[in-house]
Amino acid sequence: MGAVVGTLTLQTRQRRPSRDKLYDDLELSVVCHRPEGLEQLEAQTNFSKKELKVLYRGFKNECPSGVVNEETFKQIYSQFFPHGDASTYAHYLFNSFDSSQNGSIKFEDFVTALSILLRGTTTEKLQWTFNLYDINRDGYINKEEMTDIVKAIYDMMGRFTYPALKTDTFKQHVDAFFQKMDKNRDGVVTLDEFILSCQEVYSTCSCSKWHTMHTIFVVCI
Amino acid sequence: MAAGVATWLPFARAAAVGWLPLAKKIMPKPPVDKKSRNDEILFVNVSGLRFQTWKNTLDRYPDTLLGSSEKEFFYNEDTQEYFFDRDPEMFRHILNFYRTGKLHYPRQECIQAFDEELAFYGIVPDIIGDCCMEEYRDRKKENQERLAEDTEAEMATDTPLPPHSTHRERLWRAFENPHTSTMALVFYYVTGFFIAVSVIANVVETVPCRPLKGSKKDLPCGEKYSLAFFCMDTACVLIFTFEYLMRLFAAPSRCKFMRSVMSVIDVVAIMPYYIGLVMPENEDVSGAFVTLRVFRVFRIFKFSRHSQGLRILGYTLKSCASELGFLLFSLTMAIIIFATVMFYAEKGTKGTNFTSIPASFWYTIVTMTTLGYGDMVPNTIAGKIFGSICSLSGVLVIALPVPVIVSNFSRIYHQNQRADKMRAQQKVRLARIRLAKKGTTNAFLQYKEEGGFHVRLFHDAALCTGFLLYILYIHNHLLHCLEKTTNHEFTDELTFSEMCMTESVGYRTSRSTSISSQQGELTSCCPRRAKRRAIRLANSTASVSRDSVQELDTLQVHKTSAGPQSRSSLNARTEDLKLNCEDRDFTAAIISIPTPPANTPDDSLPPSPAIPGILRNSRTSSYIHETVKISSL
Repeated sequence: MGAVVGTLTLQTRQRRPSRDKLYDDLELSVVCHRPEGLEQLEAQTNFSKKELKVLYRGFKNECPSGVVNEETFKQIYSQFFPHGDASTYAHYLFNSFDSSQNGSIKFEDFVTALSILLRGTTTEKLQWTFNLYDINRDGYINKEEMTDIVKAIYDMMGRFTYPALKTDTFKQHVDAFFQKMDKNRDGVVTLDEFILSCQEVYSTCSCSKWHTMHTIFVVCI
Repeated sequence: MAAGVATWLPFARAAAVGWLPLAKKIMPKPPVDKKSRNDEILFVNVSGLRFQTWKNTLDRYPDTLLGSSEKEFFYNEDTQEYFFDRDPEMFRHILNFYRTGKLHYPRQECIQAFDEELAFYGIVPDIIGDCCMEEYRDRKKENQERLAEDTEAEMATDTPLPPHSTHRERLWRAFENPHTSTMALVFYYVTGFFIAVSVIANVVETVPCRPLKGSKKDLPCGEKYSLAFFCMDTACVLIFTFEYLMRLFAAPSRCKFMRSVMSVIDVVAIMPYYIGLVMPENEDVSGAFVTLRVFRVFRIFKFSRHSQGLRILGYTLKSCASELGFLLFSLTMAIIIFATVMFYAEKGTKGTNFTSIPASFWYTIVTMTTLGYGDMVPNTIAGKIFGSICSLSGVLVIALPVPVIVSNFSRIYHQNQRADKMRAQQKVRLARIRLAKKGTTNAFLQYKEEGGFHVRLFHDAALCTGFLLYILYIHNHLLHCLEKTTNHEFTDELTFSEMCMTESVGYRTSRSTSISSQQGELTSCCPRRAKRRAIRLANSTASVSRDSVQELDTLQVHKTSAGPQSRSSLNARTEDLKLNCEDRDFTAAIISIPTPPANTPDDSLPPSPAIPGILRNSRTSSYIHETVKISSL
């Protein structure tokens, strides 16, 4: 009888350690990051102090810990595209924002990228876009990377579109893009080809217009 | 660093004058204070409540927001103060931390709100003083557990099925959640009915019926109507076997299913019947066979699938296993002690019932549980004394673990109530989310139909009704940009399903070659539909006519569209819009980082983005607002 009782009590003991683990998790969950000083950021970016303050207040309000991790970023971005699935594109955007590639965006990364996109020169913006498309950072955009990006964009449209999406819609899109961009037909697009192609496509209208719109499109996080 | 050190240091240094006479060597020169330590009062404005404190107070903890240069981001030059748009009541506690060095947790505040404030000000919760630490920890743990339960319950059962689930998965879901489909519900009630019938049959067949003609002895009904009972038993067992095999087939992990309690009960309930079929009508074995029939009563446990109360009882017993074990153990100890004592006390009496210690166990149990059948009574005085002690102690020992079991049951019961409440609320919540989603889609479609291009109107609107319209405009513009990139348009569910139906009726044959039809996606719509839709758009507002023609153009260009083409159409549109392209300053940086949905279980709307900064270094300075929260998106 005692043995039975003993085994009964033994089973419940094993449940307790998981509770203590919860304590440790609670302690480790606090992570804090403080940005560089206002003057330094002002020097590094094209924003004024006032603008930096406004940006930081918003950032800090929603991310008190000072960093944005990928999950939060995906959630934020998906807000704006409730029809479809924005998580893949958000992933690529996150990687392009995260300059130190450590899985979290600090305020400095955020502001630097915004500065390029809003106040940078045309070349800088095109460079940023190239980096966004070049997923593995090898300096070339190949067809697979482009397909991934375009597919991610089409995913954001969701199911209910007009006309309805076909499976090879984005493949056609990618092919057309490569036809335009890949000058020497070597199957990859380099940075120079990219910048050249973009600039000549819009040589008719002034570049600033296109870039402003592209900025709004890309940056509206 | 305690507040006391800085305050008392000058006093300690002054008191060192007492060492001068005794000193053998010359005192070292005091350090020269190069930095001017003029302390100044800082003003901190938290949502209108103005706090004032010394700068040194805040500098005590340089790794927090207020102690570091991070607070400069919140400095308002016009009013010469630091402005924080946070809870002023909580800030009191934060500031007290700087003053006294001890962080206290206010008991009436929500633990999550407090945590968020601490995170904002960069204070690690570990420094909460001992006086409040236990309370803080307990409440935090409780909150976390509750959130974990809620997310589990959310994800678990009532989520709609993934669109491509196999028959097996669907069957399993029907078994687990009978209220998902009518078939499952019907099956559920039928099995419940047959369980009841089987149990009642088992009970009734032992009742004595009137004997057959010509015999005097009363017969149990089971033998009189043996055929009827056998048929009923067969029917029940067939149904139970069928149900068990179905469950076995549908289970995602068969081994796990076979080891689960319910499946064991199922097997035990139906095995006696099959064993009875197989076994021959033998005299020796029939005794064992009769014993096996006892197991038929386990069919009543099958009701626990149908009754939640039974399941709760089962969980309670399982969770109180240690308390029950303790009860059993202490009872056993007491029984053995008292039985031994009673046996030796009554040993001398002639014709006594207490023939051995195990025989005395029966007396002890009956006495300790205060049953007192009276089939065994002590005769000697010593036996009577020990018997009374036994009954008194029995009451105490049994009463001890009972409150623990009761409290466990109450906790589990309330948990279950909460799960049910969550499920009911979830339905309402999902309905509201769907409504909100439809609302945004409709808003967007309306925006497109109206043209959304009344820029002038927007200017005035933003001035009058403020940000919301403006933000909505920007969001819709963003969606529009996405449409132009992909050259497809957003529609709502209704239109899409309309298209589905007409497609499947009319045009499937002409487009049967496309791969997408295999995957269940729609084939592209016919041009006639596109024209009809464009006409619909054109008819809505006159100002849109030009743009709808453009839309038609872009639609027909679809087949040959290239990436740059779509971008150029975007560009063309902007020329129509005259959307401040010449002012390069129209750049909207929309930053929104909402709270994750899990934190707001009672929020009826999807998490709202916060839009902090609209940067424009243009003339209209009135547009510079700080933070806006939108709950309609």
